[in-house]
Amino acid sequence: MSRISIRMQELRDGGRSALVPYIMAGDPDVDQTVALMHAMVEAGVDMIELGVPFSDPMADGPVIQKAAERALAGGMNLRRVLGIVQQFRREDARTPVVLMGYLNPVERMGYEAFAEAAAGAGVDGVLTVDLPPEEADTFTRLLRTAGMDPIFLLSPTTTETRMRAVCEAASGFVYYVSLKGVTGAASLDMDDVARRVAAIRAVTDLPVGVGFGISDAPTAARMAAVADAVVVGSALVRRMEEHAGDPVQMRDAVTALLAQMRQAMDSSEGRNGPEATPAGAPGG
Amino acid sequence: MGTMTEQHASDKLPDARGHFGPYGGRFVSETLMHPLEELEAAYRRYRNDPDFLAELNEDLTHFVGRPSPLYLAERWSRETGGARIWLKREDLNHTGAHKVNNTVGQILLARRMGKTRIIAETGAGQHGVATATVAARQGLECVVYMGASDIQRQSPNVFRMRLLGAEVVAVESGSRTLKDALNEAMRDWVANVDDTFYVIGTVAGPAPYPEMVRDFQCVIGHEARRQIQERAGCLPDALVACVGGGSNAIGLFHPFLEDEAVAMYGVEAAGDGIETGRHSAPLGAGRPGILHGNRTYLMEDDDGQIIETHSISAGLDYPGVGPEHAWLRDAGRATYVGVTDEQAITAFHHLCRTEGIIPALESAHALAYAQQLAATMRPDQNIIVNLSGRGDKDIQTIAEREGITL
Repeated sequence: MSRISIRMQELRDGGRSALVPYIMAGDPDVDQTVALMHAMVEAGVDMIELGVPFSDPMADGPVIQKAAERALAGGMNLRRVLGIVQQFRREDARTPVVLMGYLNPVERMGYEAFAEAAAGAGVDGVLTVDLPPEEADTFTRLLRTAGMDPIFLLSPTTTETRMRAVCEAASGFVYYVSLKGVTGAASLDMDDVARRVAAIRAVTDLPVGVGFGISDAPTAARMAAVADAVVVGSALVRRMEEHAGDPVQMRDAVTALLAQMRQAMDSSEGRNGPEATPAGAPGG
Repeated sequence: MGTMTEQHASDKLPDARGHFGPYGGRFVSETLMHPLEELEAAYRRYRNDPDFLAELNEDLTHFVGRPSPLYLAERWSRETGGARIWLKREDLNHTGAHKVNNTVGQILLARRMGKTRIIAETGAGQHGVATATVAARQGLECVVYMGASDIQRQSPNVFRMRLLGAEVVAVESGSRTLKDALNEAMRDWVANVDDTFYVIGTVAGPAPYPEMVRDFQCVIGHEARRQIQERAGCLPDALVACVGGGSNAIGLFHPFLEDEAVAMYGVEAAGDGIETGRHSAPLGAGRPGILHGNRTYLMEDDDGQIIETHSISAGLDYPGVGPEHAWLRDAGRATYVGVTDEQAITAFHHLCRTEGIIPALESAHALAYAQQLAATMRPDQNIIVNLSGRGDKDIQTIAEREGITL
């Protein structure tokens, strides 16, 4: 079992949902990213999504676009991102790390070289936003062979036929994009998310993560009631931008929000556990 | 007049998943996958629908002003020496470029699909103007994304779009040029897929855009093929067209693909010279990669980050190229060459003074290469150059470069 599957199983057994922060690797630099990863684990997160910066992040809103620009300006690239994971792994062998980014840097490195280097660094899952399962056969096979999970997105526009195909290609968990839009957008329709997550559970046993548009503790708690994992990205990255230049304040701002979310998720009634109501029932 | 009803054996590409050999495809986030499937289904349905084609042909004839002339540039050919050069006068279309052939088609499709809002990206502004023009005529809301630095260098086109009722949104991210405008248009589309139709202006982007835009632009080549046979009594020996994303080139080339004796030359912007690194020539000096929804040749660094391009012509200033061109390059069916800013400007002036035609700077790249090519050919041979747009939009650029204040 992969590190992701083990962690998701532990959470499921404990009746809890995973809290999954997203930060951009190299924003503002390598050392602060590694330190922040450890601090987030201390604040109670279960898995970390590490953004790989790309010059043309088509699926991201302005907050994460700017983080990518800052990281690239600081010299970040895919190899250095893997270096960050390797450094993190020296002190943390249990927290799963998922890389999230775009395909072209991986194409440039070469699928095989990337799969080998990423597995060697301790990466557990890879989500390439602009690589749908239709184009992903070779890449998915290489990731699996190297012991990593290919993570794929599902969205409000995904048809049932596509949903089945995507879940078949994925392992570890599937990631439901909770709104039509880019990262950091507002206006979540909670009932709609609950219905869609239920529909996903009808076609797969994989854990379901939900992300996009989750910016505060109450929202995280309501998401945790329906999903196995709650991903928070832009809300953290925005705090990092606000406290750029002050590593301590930056860390405190990020961990404070995560701790609030953790607490709200764990104390929320009707959270998603083994005894919970049929998956997908709106709660919170 | 025939447009999309004229089918050729070469229509076999792309394959069912939008691939031209290893290129093309559909590399987008999940939210756009189903909207693209819907678009493809609608396109497959209407491309053979008699009512759709009748309305398209009506608009191309009476709104755009087709067919565009095939003009023998006799004086310019004589001064150049060698082959006879014919100009396919896309500059005489309404809005002054070939772009409108595609926007008329896509916006008719948008209406059939019940979409009420049109978005587009634009670099030089030609595609933005062509989109705003057709959206105005069809009474549809129109938003055009344009890089902030392009807005500065193409202000007349920005004003034109606004006169036509379009909202022009300045894109401040990344390099603030065409590629960033495309990113931003995609982000808009993701958030508004229910009522919005994204009119891509070139033969790039995720499937079905490269095929659909090609098909709408093939009217250029179908007309030219008929016209040259009527006028010269034979097929041309060579075709020449500039390539940014490559829509005017593919429109001219595609109907001739099965005519093996017809050579094809796509002309990329070599900017300050390929050797300087300041250019926009992915086919000449780039590598295959993934950008804007398709696999194609790109200008990228060793880390796979897209790098900034340079050309005096904003319409060629793009780090990618349509996937069918990537395929034609590798297959050896078309040859891709580079022309520098300086060479393009020389050809620009030469055509102005010998033929009374002010060409777009994009088209001037094709003219410059046609001159080089003609000089190696016999006077009984024929070259067709796609004069893809008129140069009024570029007079400020030329004046500035020559130290003249207008």
